[in-house]
Amino acid sequence: MHGRPRKASKPEEEAASAAKAVKLRSLQSQFMTYHHDKIYTKEAIELSTKLLEINPEAYTAWNYRKLAVEDSLSRIGPDPSLVKPILDEELRVVENALKQNFKSYGAWHHRKWVLSKGHSSTGNELKLLDKFQKLDSRNFHAWNYRRFVVELTNRSEQDELQYTDDMINNNFSNYSAWHNRSVLLSSLLANRADGFVPEKKIPDEYEIVHQAIFTDPDDQSGWFYHLWLLDQTVNVESPLLTSSWPSHGSSVILSGAGCFNGSPSNFTTFCSETGSFPLILYFDQAVGGVSSLTVTLDSELKGNENLVWEPISNKSSQVSCVWVARLNFSSQPCGSKDYKVKVRLGNSPGIVSSRGFNFSAPYEFVFTAHVHDPAKDSQERIVSWTDGFELWDAQSKDLNSLVTLGQLNAGIDLKWRQAAIDSEIECFRLLADSKIGKLTLARLLMASEAMMSDAAVKGVHYEEILQLYNDLMALDSSHHHYYKDEHSVAFLHKVTSSSESLSRYLFRYRDMNNLVCLRLNKLSLSRIASVNKLLFVQMLDLSHNELHSTEGLEAMQLLSCLNLSHNRIRSFSALDSLRHVKQLKVLDVSHNHIGKHSVDTTRYLCSSPLSNSDLSQDDVRRQNPGLVTKYWDAYFVLRDLNLKQLDIAGNEIAGDEFNSFVLQVVPKLVWLNGQKPGN
Amino acid sequence: MSSASSSQMGQLVADKHVRYILMAEKKESLESVVMDHLRMNGAYWGLTTLDLLDKLGTVSEDEVVSWIMTCQHESGGFAGNTGHDPHILYTLSAVQILALFDKINILDVGKVSSYVAGLQNEDGSFSGDMWGEIDTRFSYIAICCLSILKCLDKINVEKAVEYIVSCKNLDGGFGCTPGAESHAGQIFCCVGALAITGSLHHVDKDLLGWWLCERQTKTGGLNGRPEKLPDVCYSWWVLSSLIMIDRVHWIDKAKLAKFILDCQDLDNGGISDRPEDAVDIFHTYFGVAGLSLLEYPGVKAIDPAYALPVDVINRIAFTK
Repeated sequence: MHGRPRKASKPEEEAASAAKAVKLRSLQSQFMTYHHDKIYTKEAIELSTKLLEINPEAYTAWNYRKLAVEDSLSRIGPDPSLVKPILDEELRVVENALKQNFKSYGAWHHRKWVLSKGHSSTGNELKLLDKFQKLDSRNFHAWNYRRFVVELTNRSEQDELQYTDDMINNNFSNYSAWHNRSVLLSSLLANRADGFVPEKKIPDEYEIVHQAIFTDPDDQSGWFYHLWLLDQTVNVESPLLTSSWPSHGSSVILSGAGCFNGSPSNFTTFCSETGSFPLILYFDQAVGGVSSLTVTLDSELKGNENLVWEPISNKSSQVSCVWVARLNFSSQPCGSKDYKVKVRLGNSPGIVSSRGFNFSAPYEFVFTAHVHDPAKDSQERIVSWTDGFELWDAQSKDLNSLVTLGQLNAGIDLKWRQAAIDSEIECFRLLADSKIGKLTLARLLMASEAMMSDAAVKGVHYEEILQLYNDLMALDSSHHHYYKDEHSVAFLHKVTSSSESLSRYLFRYRDMNNLVCLRLNKLSLSRIASVNKLLFVQMLDLSHNELHSTEGLEAMQLLSCLNLSHNRIRSFSALDSLRHVKQLKVLDVSHNHIGKHSVDTTRYLCSSPLSNSDLSQDDVRRQNPGLVTKYWDAYFVLRDLNLKQLDIAGNEIAGDEFNSFVLQVVPKLVWLNGQKPGN
Repeated sequence: MSSASSSQMGQLVADKHVRYILMAEKKESLESVVMDHLRMNGAYWGLTTLDLLDKLGTVSEDEVVSWIMTCQHESGGFAGNTGHDPHILYTLSAVQILALFDKINILDVGKVSSYVAGLQNEDGSFSGDMWGEIDTRFSYIAICCLSILKCLDKINVEKAVEYIVSCKNLDGGFGCTPGAESHAGQIFCCVGALAITGSLHHVDKDLLGWWLCERQTKTGGLNGRPEKLPDVCYSWWVLSSLIMIDRVHWIDKAKLAKFILDCQDLDNGGISDRPEDAVDIFHTYFGVAGLSLLEYPGVKAIDPAYALPVDVINRIAFTK
């Protein structure tokens, strides 16, 4: 089925082939009779041998042989000298079949089945594998079978690591060998085997993989191994807290429903109809076990004794980078009182990363909550995205308390890691003309930035990183959008690298009591990033960009207004992450591509019956099954939002049928496309 | 189809492919005898392609359905053809074909689902049949099959997901068993299974997305793993995986479409693995399915996880 040239067959070839077909058909037919009648005579077994020689993929014949073997074994008893020849014959048949087709699943499994009986020599197996390696060093069946045999023989991981060494030295262009090396090495490092310490081994491995990459920069064999080494260098095993909201040392003003009175410097005012505010913890990797037992709260705010912590993730997952608890403030006596809140984590065990490592470094942060009287009149006004904005004063004290971008949890052993990154940067500057050289250099510089704690030098690499991605977009146009996304990520890291650079995009929205608005419009952004540094954002303008999904925004728990107009959103399923943003009241997705495409790239990233999540029924679904099927993603996403204002004009999906469906799904909507429905 | 765009990238000779499929069915060539044991797969590839080209009506539904039922074993599982042994591979294809015809109701759903569920092992993995071969392909097949039959609760989904995750490699991809090398076919199976069970949060989409997008070679076609030749069938496995994790924009879709179209036999119909190679039903299906995912005009939309037309899956998922 693969690699056969296309050519019309000559009549002689056709005749010969037809004759073979007739022979094979009669062979198969005879075999079936023996199989169904359970005949395991020598003659019958030989027929199956012939069949498998011609067609090793005839799986029923392998099944038959297993039954024949079991039949023979049941007759001769346990004497190894009798059992062995029977099994050896099976091994011979498998070897012949593999010569015909060394990728036959049936043949390899039959061999495993025979070996599992425990009477065959594993030494022979390793020799056989050497033969197959020479024929095709990438044969994954052979590599899998090797792992199987190694387990039977208890060969050490160090010996197998040496084997990958030999394979790689023989020919570096052997991805299968690099893969196996990564499996063995990560196991040896994880088990802290003799001499396998990351700070020594990882730099050694960099040396080895350089030969592969530098010899032929276009050969991918070493690329992914190098990326794994980079991951081992940059990422510390134990999880760390990267940010929180409220942040350490900040002062938050809390108010009940109706945020429309108060003093000008109220930008950290958080208004909530429910009388609670979110306490957000953002970790550097997915963790589980965050609870009121593992995170302790010291506060005068009453009614918060047994906080319920929830991961921001879909229902079937118990882990997340982002965890939220809601602190009640409504039951406090009002007036000008400051409540200090101290949050402590890492004192008791229980927070564990999905890779199994404990959050161990004790950490605490303190913030002040000031509870305000709720406003007496809560007039709902339509939100405009064009008028009423004022730039923030970069020097303002309030801004610096709001925007804490400093590194949390410093003090991990960074020395060997920073040295390794610096050394790699020097190396890859020598490959600066090639695709892999530029890409690796960009990744190394990003890693270097992430590790930098000295505020004076932070941010120096971004210009170069952005230029490298621009170069790559031109050099490797097939992957243009991969580099574009990385460019957007680097750009946003740059924007959030200092309060000074961030302040250029921060505004106050006067109409909503100086709500802090981050305006990142018209920046050609194709991807969202650095959300961990933007947890304080309540209003976000991402209009006129190239976004096709809101992936990443789920952590923005304070977000109440979001503008995504003039982007590349193709479906409501792409907005699934917003279902976690319970504060969201105002959403503008006008002038996107919703309804334009037949392929939905976020179909399975959205909780719905398709992914066997969210099977709940309600009246809308019962009464309008046709419309719910037609607009399934709009239904499931909008149903979970508490929107007051929605804009969907300028999308192919918009129209009378869809608009009236929306009003059924979101009955509390006050404005649709800038109008009050029913007007 | 506008001539301006088709002359730039070639044209899909849909009618020729339909004829090729209908004729291949009848041949008693050496090739079809050798593939006799996987006729159920072949039927699924041929019939799904016909449906994607809106020509499912050209076959006799009754003939197909009654032949399918002759392949069912007393265990509830289906064989690759009449007389062969049952296996999970052919059980899925049988169920998928019945779904195409909206004839799932003729099955004893309890019996088929029990056969499939009975193949789950303690560690969450699935065997292909009673002889115990374990492979993440079978995890996908079981999950896909039971989901279509709406019997996912018959297996331990959590353990099934756990096993699949144990096959995740350091390059972000997946292999057939723990420790096995990443391969586009296995990746499709694992990502598809995770998609159907709402478990895609286990996938590092950026890491895997980069590995997958680097399957695109200079020819525009996709290979299955590093330093291998491009092949039309990977246009399905790599492409559908990229779509499920929302990273398909990382490849050049136009170049891939052109590669697939160049693999057509413009005279006799059918699609091959590479330009100028011999055609077969397998690659014809994957080529057309790939073009569907690339939104090629005239081809119905296909679901990237279930590998069946979207209208078939939406009908099953959203009713009842």
